[in-house]
Amino acid sequence: MEFLAEGFFSAFTLLFQGHAETYDAIFTTLEVSSFAILISLIIGLPLGFALSYYNFPGKRHIRAVVDTLLALPTVIVGLLVYAFITKKGPLGDLNLLFQTSGIIVGQIILVIPVVISLTASGIESLDERLKSTLITLGASPRRILLSTLYESRFAVMTAAATAYGRAISEVGVSMMVGGNIKWHTRTITTAITLETGKGEFAMGIALGIVLLLISFAVNWALIFFRKRA
Amino acid sequence: MKKKSIIHIIILSVLMTVMLSSSVYSADKKGDKILMMATTTSTDDTGLLDYLAPEFKKDTGIELRWTGVGTGKAIQMGVNCDVDVLLVHDPDAEKKLITDGNGLNRKELMYNDFVIIGPKTDPARIKKMTVVKAMKTIAAKKAYFASRGDKSGTHALELKLWKTAGLGTPDKETWYLQTGQGMLATIKVATEKEGYTITDRGTYIKYSATNRGNPPLVILVEKDNNLFNQYAAIEVNPAKCSNVKNNLAKEFIKWMASAKGQKLIKNFKLEGKQLFTPNAKK
Repeated sequence: MEFLAEGFFSAFTLLFQGHAETYDAIFTTLEVSSFAILISLIIGLPLGFALSYYNFPGKRHIRAVVDTLLALPTVIVGLLVYAFITKKGPLGDLNLLFQTSGIIVGQIILVIPVVISLTASGIESLDERLKSTLITLGASPRRILLSTLYESRFAVMTAAATAYGRAISEVGVSMMVGGNIKWHTRTITTAITLETGKGEFAMGIALGIVLLLISFAVNWALIFFRKRA
Repeated sequence: MKKKSIIHIIILSVLMTVMLSSSVYSADKKGDKILMMATTTSTDDTGLLDYLAPEFKKDTGIELRWTGVGTGKAIQMGVNCDVDVLLVHDPDAEKKLITDGNGLNRKELMYNDFVIIGPKTDPARIKKMTVVKAMKTIAAKKAYFASRGDKSGTHALELKLWKTAGLGTPDKETWYLQTGQGMLATIKVATEKEGYTITDRGTYIKYSATNRGNPPLVILVEKDNNLFNQYAAIEVNPAKCSNVKNNLAKEFIKWMASAKGQKLIKNFKLEGKQLFTPNAKK
């Protein structure tokens, strides 16, 4: 039990004394997850929007597949990506294995379903009357589209925050594809796994708290944006 | 039409981001001498590589990067051409790697030994037995035994010991706990269940150190010929994997076997105890 308290205090020691290894893992985590989120949003937002805004055949089935992918285990994504980017795999020449770029690819696969699904749900939950009101007011289709996008901004923010949470807390992809290489692909979560494996439980807890603090900062920033908007 | 062009822009920007980022990341591949190694958890967890890598870089200018996995996975990474060199400890699997043509020039570098550890109270009374007898006793008394169960070097040795003891490999027996995890995690399981396990001495010293020198599990069986733990380095065969940096792998193995490398290994201590004994042949 005492490692909990010990871990709690050493989290702050690590942060305030500028522990180089911890900061390196923090930066790797932020770099990888931010890249992954950015690309996932670029791809996922339009898809999520299309999935709820337009009507087309097979829409429900696609939605079911996307929602199923939310349950994709991170280790399976790691294995899938590994199968493609190992030197003997079809994309072996891209040199993605043991690189942060490889982890980014894996996290994109992991996170895109979250972005699509939550964006779609957010737009679906908008007031039905919004569209009809706009039509009665004689708004052009373009205007209707833009208004819907604007009204769904909070849903998009929630989607982004949730996706970010999934990306920075995953360990399967980072471990399998990144290889937990010190100073290069060690993220906070792979460092936690390593420390726990080494029996350094307090260090594991400390890093866990660091991760939570980052997550808190992201969510706090979002709330701040929301208030201003 | 408009919708189509938006989609085009999206696809293009995604492709560009991916290309840009991958070119940024692979930039360090060209000039620098980077050696990629797959190794066992014991060399990583004990901190041996953290201690050796800077010295190796100082002498050769080569940056050693490693991923610490079980010997089984490490060897698979060699077969898949993902790494340049292996540092592992499962002689049978290593020999298979070489006969299959995936590995070259196996070089023995150092050893430590395995020990059987268990609770201080020693419920099955195996203290100071031979390994074979101890294994038989554990099985007969159905005392808890934590197994790695992960195809690591340690797991391979454990399976060999059950065979040497003339027993079938336990599997579903209630006293046999297959963790599928690393060595320290497995020791933790044995600790919680007040059972026995086999560990390399290096990891045990590390475990003892994190328990401030007073670990709940103590060494009960040791210094038996069946408990010898040889570590060896193997080059991944460049004939099968054209991408590997074989010259760097050769340089690493040469350095590890050199007088300096061997001396560093010998001087690596935890809690004042030596973890690995160098034994590279000239």
